[in-house]
Amino acid sequence: MIEAQGLTKRYGGKTAVSDLTFDVRPGIVTGFLGPNGAGKSTTMRMIVGLDTPSAGTVTVNGKPYAEHRAPLREVGALLEARSIHTGRSARNHLLALAATTGIPVRRVDEVLELVGLAEVAGKRVRGFSLGMGQRLGIASALLGDPHTLVLDEPVNGLDPEGILWIRTLLRSLAAEGRTVFVSSHLMSEMALTAEQVIIIGKGRLLADVDVSEVITGSSRNVVKVRTPKAAELRELLARPAVTIASSAADRLEVTGLSSDEIGTAALEHGIPVFELTPVLASLEEAFMELTRDSVEFGITAPAMESVESAGGQR
Amino acid sequence: MTAVQEMSDSGPAYTRASTGSGEVTQWRTIRAEWVKFRTLWSSVLVMVIAVLGMIGVGLVASYFINADWGHLRARQIARFNPVVTSLDGYNMAQLAIGTLGVLLVTGEYSTGLIRATMAAVPARLPVLWAKLTVYTGITFVLMMVSSFVAFLGGQVLLGSHSTTLDAPGVLRVVVATGVYLTLVGMLGVAFGALIRNTAGGIAALFGVLLVLPAIMEVLPSTWQDVIAKYLPSNAGQAALSVTLDPAMLAPWVGMAVFAVYVVIGMVAAAVLLKRRDV
Repeated sequence: MIEAQGLTKRYGGKTAVSDLTFDVRPGIVTGFLGPNGAGKSTTMRMIVGLDTPSAGTVTVNGKPYAEHRAPLREVGALLEARSIHTGRSARNHLLALAATTGIPVRRVDEVLELVGLAEVAGKRVRGFSLGMGQRLGIASALLGDPHTLVLDEPVNGLDPEGILWIRTLLRSLAAEGRTVFVSSHLMSEMALTAEQVIIIGKGRLLADVDVSEVITGSSRNVVKVRTPKAAELRELLARPAVTIASSAADRLEVTGLSSDEIGTAALEHGIPVFELTPVLASLEEAFMELTRDSVEFGITAPAMESVESAGGQR
Repeated sequence: MTAVQEMSDSGPAYTRASTGSGEVTQWRTIRAEWVKFRTLWSSVLVMVIAVLGMIGVGLVASYFINADWGHLRARQIARFNPVVTSLDGYNMAQLAIGTLGVLLVTGEYSTGLIRATMAAVPARLPVLWAKLTVYTGITFVLMMVSSFVAFLGGQVLLGSHSTTLDAPGVLRVVVATGVYLTLVGMLGVAFGALIRNTAGGIAALFGVLLVLPAIMEVLPSTWQDVIAKYLPSNAGQAALSVTLDPAMLAPWVGMAVFAVYVVIGMVAAAVLLKRRDV
């Protein structure tokens, strides 16, 4: 469990993180989403005590990180970029970290195996690809078998296979009851990995929401209908809260009604329906809508657009 | 995960992998720093350079002085001292030792390792003390041994122009050379922790040790007489000559003054390490 209360970080006159309050619960993967420069890394650095908050507090399992007596057993962190001396081998890097908390050598070899680096464990990190570096970072985070994981952009630099691997890993760690907090600037990635998403922009909290609720609740959800009596069905379904578009003579795209409602209405009026496909909005679309409509989040459209446009960067 | 999933009434719903138990201690942090030191090829290499420089330069100097004795000018012979000649390598050793001291800390900042280090030991200060302990221990042993080896080897090569450890002041100079080099290494660690940048740290360290005494030369001589002997390197090097220079501090007083500078640097580094963001 990570609890942030009014967390604020100012560097000189610039505010990097402003009054963030959120909880990261155990048992699920929580995404931390925002464009580059939104304050994700700064927030994560404050969680593990590298940066001191200008105001507010953040605790892990009830205590500030620095007060834990064996922090590596409490929280595993993968911080932005590499946190590894490239002149050292992967195994020696982990051995040095393990030594601080008396973690046995056996465990070092175990995590190397787990992240798939056992074969290159003796090689210097200098020759590692970005993906291998990320895997070593994840190995460092898992070293103390912590019940809280804080991972900054863990999929960066991973190939599709690696991305799938980490997605599965994060979910299984969460399923074991651990707290998993993962940042990303990719909404699409978070939609697949996270159950809860905390979104920030320009250091402020924009949203803290359940991913599936947001998507199913979105008015952007469309039902695609194919019917020979398109005009008739269209008239039948028309009402104020419903919008209907048509891309071809026999096709309709209905927003504001469920596929059940459309199918039932068609049956009652004897209209044949050949295809009835609900299409869920993408997370991007859902969040755009959510944050635009919500006064509570204090959202401004430009901030969300920057989240969106950042989604395209790699 | 390697842990077997298992439900229990209390605590997390998974079995912890065997990661041992216990907390972060100063001793464990020292062990971690020792692992870091010996597993980095560059630190081992620089240490080897320091040892070879300390011993090699003195041996070469001693050999040529002895071989060329007949061709030396009167001025050179007047200035000749068998101890100083055999320990000539301390200049090169001080460059290597000081540089490595800085690098030990700044190397972590430039590679980002410092984030992992400080996340593992969030109290931070144990890391500084551990680096200091490991590096001081290594430099003290290696430089003291090298100083004796350089002296003894040099005396063999100096032949009839040699001296012995029994001669007045000789043992003091040999021991002081090892101590001085150790203090230079410690000062390097302090500068590395203060400046957190390799180039800046090295420039500052040798600016203080080598350039500052040179800058003093532009001041009026009455000022020089008062200030020069208290400069860090001048104070520390007061113990490195057999014949005592009245313009310098007494040998071990000078070394103590140098040590005070090192302590001041360390305290400043510790305060900033605690205050600054990593």
